[in-house]
Amino acid sequence: MAGLTLRNVGKRYGAMSIIQGLNLDIHDGEFLVLVGPSGCGKSTLLRMIAGLEDISEGTISIGGKVVNDLPASKRELSMVFQSYALYPHMSVRKNLAFGLQNFKVSGAEVERRVAEAARILQIEQLMDRKPRQLSGGQKQRVAIGRSIVREPQLFLFDEPLSNLDAELRVQMRAELASLYARLGTTMIYVTHDQVEAMTMASRIVVLRGGKIEQFGTPQELYTRPQNLFVAGFIGSPKINMLQAKAKRGAGGTVVSVAGMPDFAIAELPTDDQALTLCVRPSSLRVGNGDITGEGTVRLVEYLGSETLLHIALSSGQVLLVSDNGRTSYRMGDAVKIGFDLPDLHYFDSRGQRIEVIQNESQAQ
Amino acid sequence: MKRFFARNAPAYVFLLPWLIGFFLLALGPILASLYLSFTRYDMVSAPRWIGWGNYEYMFTRDRRFWKALEVTFTYVALAVPARLIMALGVAMLLDKGLRTIGLYRAIFYLPSLLGASIAIAILWRQLFAADGVVNQVLAMVGIQGASWITDPDTSLYTLVVLAMWQFGSPMLIFLAGLRGIPRDLYEAAEIDGTPRWRQFTRITLPLLAPVIFFNLVLQTIDSFKTFSSAFIISNGTGAPADSLLFYTVYLFNEAFKFFRMGYASALAWFLLVIIATFTAIAFFTSKYWVHYENERD
Ligand SMILES: Nc1ncnc2c1ncn2[C@@H]1O[C@H](COP(=O)(O)OP(=O)(O)OP(=O)(O)O)[C@@H](O)[C@H]1O
Ligand SMILES: [Mg+2]
Repeated sequence: MAGLTLRNVGKRYGAMSIIQGLNLDIHDGEFLVLVGPSGCGKSTLLRMIAGLEDISEGTISIGGKVVNDLPASKRELSMVFQSYALYPHMSVRKNLAFGLQNFKVSGAEVERRVAEAARILQIEQLMDRKPRQLSGGQKQRVAIGRSIVREPQLFLFDEPLSNLDAELRVQMRAELASLYARLGTTMIYVTHDQVEAMTMASRIVVLRGGKIEQFGTPQELYTRPQNLFVAGFIGSPKINMLQAKAKRGAGGTVVSVAGMPDFAIAELPTDDQALTLCVRPSSLRVGNGDITGEGTVRLVEYLGSETLLHIALSSGQVLLVSDNGRTSYRMGDAVKIGFDLPDLHYFDSRGQRIEVIQNESQAQ
Repeated sequence: MKRFFARNAPAYVFLLPWLIGFFLLALGPILASLYLSFTRYDMVSAPRWIGWGNYEYMFTRDRRFWKALEVTFTYVALAVPARLIMALGVAMLLDKGLRTIGLYRAIFYLPSLLGASIAIAILWRQLFAADGVVNQVLAMVGIQGASWITDPDTSLYTLVVLAMWQFGSPMLIFLAGLRGIPRDLYEAAEIDGTPRWRQFTRITLPLLAPVIFFNLVLQTIDSFKTFSSAFIISNGTGAPADSLLFYTVYLFNEAFKFFRMGYASALAWFLLVIIATFTAIAFFTSKYWVHYENERD
């Protein structure tokens, strides 16, 4: 097992800069998830760690040792590919054993490890099949098995579940989580699925355009997004964003949002006039809150455990409200819509989070 | 049946020129030659039926026939592997190095196209002549070269070397095959510390087996039929000392020099049997060494 340190890591393809000045400290035994929109450089970064892409700038160290010039085979890590990358002409057993045979591992030890991996992943009855005779989920298990037998100090996963259907994805997610619990090896996991990220990670790196937007635990990312991008990226259904104006006056600042009543806050640590307020659909409710406005139901999406209401304010802006599902609203209903002040996230005109001191009396 | 023709009529209209060509120019002569192989025919008087006479003479009394077989089999056994290894080697270089540029592929193909032509055979003759370029280069490093083409001990090998240079078409097929192997298999192997040579023998070769098989069959057939280079380098005779008496050269001489058309037809039919046999062997053994991605079992 080993931790991982990235110092000013950059990647360039010709004149095009894909990753810039990345700094990361990944603890030994951590389950780190890299998320971000398509093309943000997740795979590239993972492949740089693996040794499949060279590092244009900066240093990457594994277990305290700089690995920039170390070939992939010497980095003591293993990787699970999105495409599985199973050798199509070899049986499952041979696929599992193939990598081990490159190292000085005795035949008996190879057999022991292959059998152990097969047992953990419950693929013992598939050992003599060829990859084409396996389902997607089974292939995925074999691919994971192939990395387990190596007993690496670092696991890398590049969107390992994205080719599976929704149900299997949920199942494999749980299996990966229990595998991690049992092995405790450092894992770096790339996905663009924020549910995968939230459920499995000990910490998450949100990447955009080759830069880190935020690095923290799932709770930190959800409860204190550092910028509008992370606020919008983490959480489903998507967070509501409201344009707001701040007016300074004696004894506080008045915030006004079109379609909602003005409210006052004690202190706003910015000179910006234009703010963005974010509030999660689960923090909005039909009925009264600290702040209450009027709206019209535009769309009702019944999901079973919850109902998603699309409610238009008088300004025309539509807010998503997650309701507990026991109420029955219909399109066209006029409703009250409310939220509590502590549930608001404030962002300045550059989209950066600002901490606002709430007005005590009103927050009651 | 009627519906079948009604539905496919346009296809047959388009096929018509080819069908006419096939029946008139290919199938007709093929069947005619089968008949002629059982006759004595000198192109002046009418063919005379002699039953198995030509075949009997071929196997029991014709020493040059056996010599031609020996030369041709030796050539095939050397030239086909040599050419395939060369083709695979170049294809791998191109696949690795010059990934993007189609132009390079054309450039590499060029000498191969020329290699099959008569001009190159003539050039080859001069390269390997007693006072040719090859010997001049060897002389510079103090080696007295043989007179490669006129020495019966080496003449066949000059043709094998020439065959190696005709790697163009199998190379392109190999290149396509190599492109078809997913890169991430090599990346997975790389991370697992697989040495290059093991990647080649355990991943590239097995996954390329269908393509190797295809090239092997094609090149074997092609090499059995080698004619123009042998004809030109041996001045059309198979000299020196019949060391370049390729089967086709012998057949050509029997037909168009001595006008033994019946016997030449019999020779041609036996060549067909040889080629068919090798193709069949390749086919029926392929399941033991060829991995097909989409096969079901
Ligand atoms: N070999 C290459 N040459 C030039 N640009 C490349 C190369 N490989 C990747 N890129 C570019 O680098 C950027 C990041 O690619 P990368 O594959 O890391 O994205 P990703 O975050 O993994 O996206 P996805 O979620 O779609 O897999 C993309 O804009 C891509 O076009
Ligand atoms: Mg990717």
